[in-house]
Amino acid sequence: MNHKKHHYKKWLMFMLLGMIFFLSGCDQMTVFDPKGPVAESQSDLIMYSLYYMFGILIVVFVAFTVIVIKYRDRPNRKKDSYKPNIHGNKAIEVVWIVIPIIIVTLLSIPTVNTLFDLEDPPEVSNDKDPLVVYATSANWKWFFSYPEQGIETVNYLHIPTDRAVEFRLSSAGSMAALWIPALGGQKYNMAGMQTTLFLQADEPGVYDGRNANFNGEGFTEQTFKVYAEDSQEFQDWANKKKQSAPKLTQDVYDKLLKPGIVDRYTFSSTHLAWVDHGKMGGMDYAVDRYFNAYETLMHLETDNQEEIKDHIDGKQVK
Amino acid sequence: MELDEFFVTGEPLIYGGMVAIVLVSSAIIFILTYFKKWTWLWRDWLTTVDHKKIGIMYILSALAMLFRGGMDALMMRVQLAFPDMNFLAAQHYDEVFTTHGTVMIIFMAMPFLIGLMNIVVPLQIGARDFAFPYLNALSFWAFFFGAMLFNISFVIGGSPDAGWTSYTPLAGAAMSPGPGQNFYLLGLQLAGIGTLATGINLMVTILKLRAPGMKLFKMPIFSWSTLITCFIIIFAFPILTVALALLTIDRVFGSQFFTLTGEGLPMMWANLFWLWGHPEVYIVVLPAFGIFSEIIAAFAKKRLFGYTAMVWSIIIIAGLSFLVWVHHFFTMGAGAFVNSVFSISTMLIAVPTGVKIFNWLGTLHKSKIEFTTPMLWSLAFIPSFVMGGVTGVMLGMAAADFQFHNSYFLVAHFHYVLIAGTVFACFAGLIYWYPKMFNHKLNERLGKWSFWFFLIGFHVCFFPQYFIGLDGMPRRIFYSAPEWFTLNFISTVGAFGMGVGFAIFVYNIYYSLRYSERETDGDSWGVGRTLEWATPTPVPHYNFATLPEHLGYDAFMDMKENGETTYDKKKLKHIHMPSNSGKPIIMMAILSFASFALVFEWVTLAAIGLFGGIIMMIIRSFDYDEGYHVEVDEINEIERTARGLNNE
Ligand code: HEM
Ligand SMILES: [Cu+2]
Ligand SMILES: [Cu+2]
Repeated sequence: MNHKKHHYKKWLMFMLLGMIFFLSGCDQMTVFDPKGPVAESQSDLIMYSLYYMFGILIVVFVAFTVIVIKYRDRPNRKKDSYKPNIHGNKAIEVVWIVIPIIIVTLLSIPTVNTLFDLEDPPEVSNDKDPLVVYATSANWKWFFSYPEQGIETVNYLHIPTDRAVEFRLSSAGSMAALWIPALGGQKYNMAGMQTTLFLQADEPGVYDGRNANFNGEGFTEQTFKVYAEDSQEFQDWANKKKQSAPKLTQDVYDKLLKPGIVDRYTFSSTHLAWVDHGKMGGMDYAVDRYFNAYETLMHLETDNQEEIKDHIDGKQVK
Repeated sequence: MELDEFFVTGEPLIYGGMVAIVLVSSAIIFILTYFKKWTWLWRDWLTTVDHKKIGIMYILSALAMLFRGGMDALMMRVQLAFPDMNFLAAQHYDEVFTTHGTVMIIFMAMPFLIGLMNIVVPLQIGARDFAFPYLNALSFWAFFFGAMLFNISFVIGGSPDAGWTSYTPLAGAAMSPGPGQNFYLLGLQLAGIGTLATGINLMVTILKLRAPGMKLFKMPIFSWSTLITCFIIIFAFPILTVALALLTIDRVFGSQFFTLTGEGLPMMWANLFWLWGHPEVYIVVLPAFGIFSEIIAAFAKKRLFGYTAMVWSIIIIAGLSFLVWVHHFFTMGAGAFVNSVFSISTMLIAVPTGVKIFNWLGTLHKSKIEFTTPMLWSLAFIPSFVMGGVTGVMLGMAAADFQFHNSYFLVAHFHYVLIAGTVFACFAGLIYWYPKMFNHKLNERLGKWSFWFFLIGFHVCFFPQYFIGLDGMPRRIFYSAPEWFTLNFISTVGAFGMGVGFAIFVYNIYYSLRYSERETDGDSWGVGRTLEWATPTPVPHYNFATLPEHLGYDAFMDMKENGETTYDKKKLKHIHMPSNSGKPIIMMAILSFASFALVFEWVTLAAIGLFGGIIMMIIRSFDYDEGYHVEVDEINEIERTARGLNNE
């Protein structure tokens, strides 16, 4: 009979371990350590749902453990504790239909509310217009165009704190997803259409951003850093780049578009002057130029990303 | 095309694979020749139309695919164990997760369950075979050749590498050149034809061939879940067929349905894929629910609690499964309203699922639980699956899903439901019905070892992944960052634990074949409630000599009470059975040749192959073989031997 004991102990162990894991790691996990109002609303929603989930888990686990131990086939069990022909009980069945419906309702309300909130810039910064950034994914790099500032960066992003950023997402190639977990959830970048994602940083800092949607060999490397700094610093940075960085020519842009991994770049003009991949007309821009480029592999390995990075005409700006 | 483009070159692992394939094939050919088993193989297996043998072939293939998919999984886990691992390069990793996902869902989970349905459903409803036994063989060979076609891709031509979801435009001709993606499209197409045919076949079988007196609402729950699954198959698979065909035409003939050029609609693929894909996950989980229901009631030695509610929950889940597909791309930006609707429809699935969970607990309540291995798998399913279920609800909350999507949180979730649901059910069902298939049980001691290794390994492997996901680790990346090291390492250890569990399971098959006691009684576990346990072991090829008039719920329980068997001498009549046929295997071999040609875009050859397929259909339609009769004397002989009555 001793495997039954193990059984019960093991589940208890799992629950305990799970709790420990959970409680110890919670505030360090990026999603639960939000750096802006969007990520915060999502973190709150997840936390809210977790109470219900733990509630459900505990009810089921306890019921399960008790039942399995109590009704195991063992000698000296009371006769009347075995009732092989029960086949239902209307009252209790209604209870376990109604309770889940209530739980689903209680989860739906904040979900729907948050969904509608996320359609607009966060309320806390309603006093300022959002900063518009066109975030374009290409295989396998990111272009960030700042139309107001007249600059464009590749593979890194500067944003002001305490001001909403309105990302206008699109892709020059395969579908991607812009994800900066510390600032909020992702949204897809697709060629020929534009999606909008509002994010905001409240704390200055450097955050990880990436493409979260698999799009081929260079996917793992399609990452970028987000530098969140107060608005003065951000302005200074933008002004400086506007003055010192080279202009982005269509020729250079086309070279950068070539499927592959590239370094960081900064330019004092944007590619929106000749193509917007978020419009139907810009959908085939990259694939027309590089239809056959995918036939050669990069042979990307864990430790050779630096070597295979394309350095375009010494225009590299760190 | 040059030979070195045809074969995949330059990877030591793949050379290893080639050598293994050559060695294993030669060994099989040698053994068959040496023991003069070729005729046996052809006559008894390759040409069979017997649902039990076809079921066994499904299950053996599925186990082989579980091995293949499992090796893929271990390779990935090795690569992710340490942040600076250099075991798989990016491209190779992409191929491995693509084949892993596709093999597991299409060529492992579904065929495993279809194999169990093949064996059990006709026995449970008192039928002699499927409604269309010939078609059943055809389905099996369609699946088998589809699986083979998909699997050779790693040595010939190169594997697909766009994920099991194969999203366009990535999977289109421009960004995924070469034959890899074509293997995916045609392998799935071929296997999909088989699945669709099985869906129709089983549905007709259940609706039309139930023993007289077995009302639908008296039918065992596994047969119910099969019936509903068939409805899902019939409505979902045509969508996949069309989507695959469109993408094939795109890639091979240059049309622009899903391309970035010519104003194609690449996002339409995601829609079509998940319109099939979400119902697909219920195709692999509803039968699992059915299996657990049977096993839990049997070893709890108690009637299933809330039978009617169980049936209706299956029906409601099936209906809802067609109304939630958008939850796979909440992040596509369809807007708050659309996302709200699909969020709520998704969470609603939790209600009938919860009902099922509580009904299982209700069945265990006031029961007398016997801890056999099938029961252990079924019991472990309940808490494990609930952990997958609640995280599913969390993923269904669209606003939160923006953070979960494409992360390891999702990977953990779907493994929790697919493994604790489907895989546990496959193991449980196989062990439970094993004596009906092979005339002996699997060893219980080894079975328990494999169970504990697998179960603990499973939780150790996937539980940490929820947290890596919440820490921002995306899925499908080929190496991990140092900050995720500890949890990734633990996860890999768990994966190897599961590997050990599986290895013990396979060893157990061999061990039990040699050493297990042969069965003498049809009711092998002594707890059978449904009709399959009324048959003697080995099950005669015609299944039932006779059947009682009235078959209520838990039919075999009543029979035991009334002292009835499926061998009533007074009622014996000759039995009409279908003849074996070599045509299904030949026809599917020809079609797989055509598909292979199309993979390499050899259009003329493909057309010739297709033409060959049509010729086979014409030949079939002039086939006047009406089957044969098993005469009363022979039935008497078979039943007396099987029931051990000869020495009376
Ligand atoms: C034997 C234990 C298993 C292990 C250790 C395992 C491990 C993995 C790993 C490491 C990935 C890749 C994650 C990534 O890089 O994104 C993955 C993906 C996947 N697995 Fe498993 N897996 C196992 C069993 C299964 C089973 C039984 C199924 C289905 C029935 C399954 C279905 C999938 C699917 C659909 C994917 C996604 C593939 C894709 O991203 O295209 N796995 N698994
Ligand atoms: Cu789904
Ligand atoms: Cu799910």
